[in-house]
Amino acid sequence: MTTADLIGKILQLLMGLAVFAVIVGLLIFLIDKAPKKGRDYWQLVGFLAPALILLAIGLVYPAFRTFGLSFLDKGGNFTWDNFVWAFTQPSAIRTLINTVIWVALVPTVSTVLGLAYAVFIDKSRGERIYKALVFMPMAISFVGAGIIWKFVYEYKSAGREQIGLFNAIVVAFGGDPVQWLQTDPLNTFLLILVMIWIQTGFAMVVLSAAIKGIPTEQIEAAQLDGTNAWQRFRNVTVPGIRGSLVVVLTTISIATLKVFDIVRTMTAGNFNTSVVANEMYTQAFRASEVGRGSALAIILFVLVMPIVIYNVNVLRKQREIR
Amino acid sequence: MSSVAPADLPMKGGEGEIEVAVEGRDDPKAQRVKRRLTSRGATVAALIIAVVWTIPTFGLFISSFRPAELILNTGWWTIFQNPGFTLDNYRDVLLSPSQSSPQLGAYFVNSLFIAIPSTIFPLVFASMAAYAFAWMRFKWVNWLFIFVFALQIVPLQMALVPLLQFFSAFLKPGQQWLHEIVPMIPVQNYLPIWIAHTMFALPLAIFLLHNFISEIPGEVIEAARVDGATHGQIFFRIVLPLAIPALASVAIFQFLWVWNDLLVALIFSGGTQDAAPLTQRLAEMVGSRGQEWQRLTAGAFVSLVVPLIVFFSLQRYFVRGLLAGSTKG
Repeated sequence: MTTADLIGKILQLLMGLAVFAVIVGLLIFLIDKAPKKGRDYWQLVGFLAPALILLAIGLVYPAFRTFGLSFLDKGGNFTWDNFVWAFTQPSAIRTLINTVIWVALVPTVSTVLGLAYAVFIDKSRGERIYKALVFMPMAISFVGAGIIWKFVYEYKSAGREQIGLFNAIVVAFGGDPVQWLQTDPLNTFLLILVMIWIQTGFAMVVLSAAIKGIPTEQIEAAQLDGTNAWQRFRNVTVPGIRGSLVVVLTTISIATLKVFDIVRTMTAGNFNTSVVANEMYTQAFRASEVGRGSALAIILFVLVMPIVIYNVNVLRKQREIR
Repeated sequence: MSSVAPADLPMKGGEGEIEVAVEGRDDPKAQRVKRRLTSRGATVAALIIAVVWTIPTFGLFISSFRPAELILNTGWWTIFQNPGFTLDNYRDVLLSPSQSSPQLGAYFVNSLFIAIPSTIFPLVFASMAAYAFAWMRFKWVNWLFIFVFALQIVPLQMALVPLLQFFSAFLKPGQQWLHEIVPMIPVQNYLPIWIAHTMFALPLAIFLLHNFISEIPGEVIEAARVDGATHGQIFFRIVLPLAIPALASVAIFQFLWVWNDLLVALIFSGGTQDAAPLTQRLAEMVGSRGQEWQRLTAGAFVSLVVPLIVFFSLQRYFVRGLLAGSTKG
């Protein structure tokens, strides 16, 4: 990077912020000068306008357009081929199956681990540190996590000293080193492990907060009744945090359905590891198959939709109670 | 921010002592021993999980300070048998001007300069819209609010292709024009990424800020109106200062989201030093130089440093923002 480049970039940043400030200032000025008649109405329009225009261009129009594109072939004629391809081609079917495996494993395993960990460290000494350690992966990028784990899965041919932790352990027990990320179907599960590593922290933090929200009297009452720890967990803790469990499961499910960066960074979808979100990118932006990419985006939309609707309903009910 | 379930992180309460006292009352010895045993098992399990969770990051961190030939030929856990410490990896990836170096310095600047406006822009527009949705009462506004909220269902992937086409039709000429006037600013500038991030952030940011702003007592705003304040003045002098905690949470979450993003960058940045962020460069390095671990380890840590600082210094706000924003994408 030359100094001129850097100056250009700083200039861009300052200009961008300045132009933005001018736009907002002008808007507020116009809002305050709105005509007397129907003043509230015009001011309202002024406050909403920027967000609504951006949403219309950035989300509403593209959503309809993508829907249309998914039914067009390369010549621009109507076709079902994109969807037929997505549900009949072996590689595309594999992508769908992988996505199902991801969604089946990541939310359940992360939630169980997160819950167990939250219970174990509850009220223990150094709880804050315990939390921070497991929660930390949540702050770093999926790309960073991908590199971290690719290093753990690193392979060196037999006879050389292994620098990847997994292979070092395998060799220490007398086995032969494995090319983890190229071994189908094991590789998909190893990618899933990375996502679990990230999402467990999220599950743990939410559930830990929920556990602390259970009234102490309930737990004391159960103790007086002579229950053991497991019974208290089953009959008091779990029912007490049911709402949070649902939020955690659904949230992680949505994140998992859309997982892209991990697959892209670690295998780029090769060796039969692709998932819908990654394949969408590959088809639309690498293979110039815009129709297929759009069809995959629609499939993703259909998969995500019920979970989001369910999640929204749960949240709405919770807020009504409050 | 009372939007999504438990936003706070209550720390140690005083329940522990009560528990012990109650148990101590009947059959003291047996109960106490049993309790200690189960809690010891739990502590060991927690310790194991914590260690397993930290090891991968720790290994990468150690490796980033080891000389190249040691990284590539010995495991990082043998650091004591094969000692060696160097900052060359960081110097190489960040500062080296040589063509073979990943030159992450430029990308670091890009990441920062993408993330700052991409946090400010949506925050301002979203708080304006949230104010309108909360305090201006028209019937159709409520329907519009529900519609904006429902837009969260649309996955990013659905917007990418048409938005890229839209940008190359309407934004590209402007970028070209700017480049001709100010040659220092490349044709491929930050503008499309800023706009894309702003657009994608709006539905959730509006929703979260609306929740907060609508809870500001109505009397405060009515009083200001009676005194003749305009909506502009109320927004800047009353609503924004009161909404600072919510703004902070949303801002931190959005900043990290943008800093860690790969997908939006891949589509809209053009992929060169001019505008691509760190994540994109790193993903590319993994693909093309997957064996140069001395560079990958140091590079990965360069990209992790900012989120980790934000995480450890603003953990409380970060957790709130994350809990509230966990349905984004």
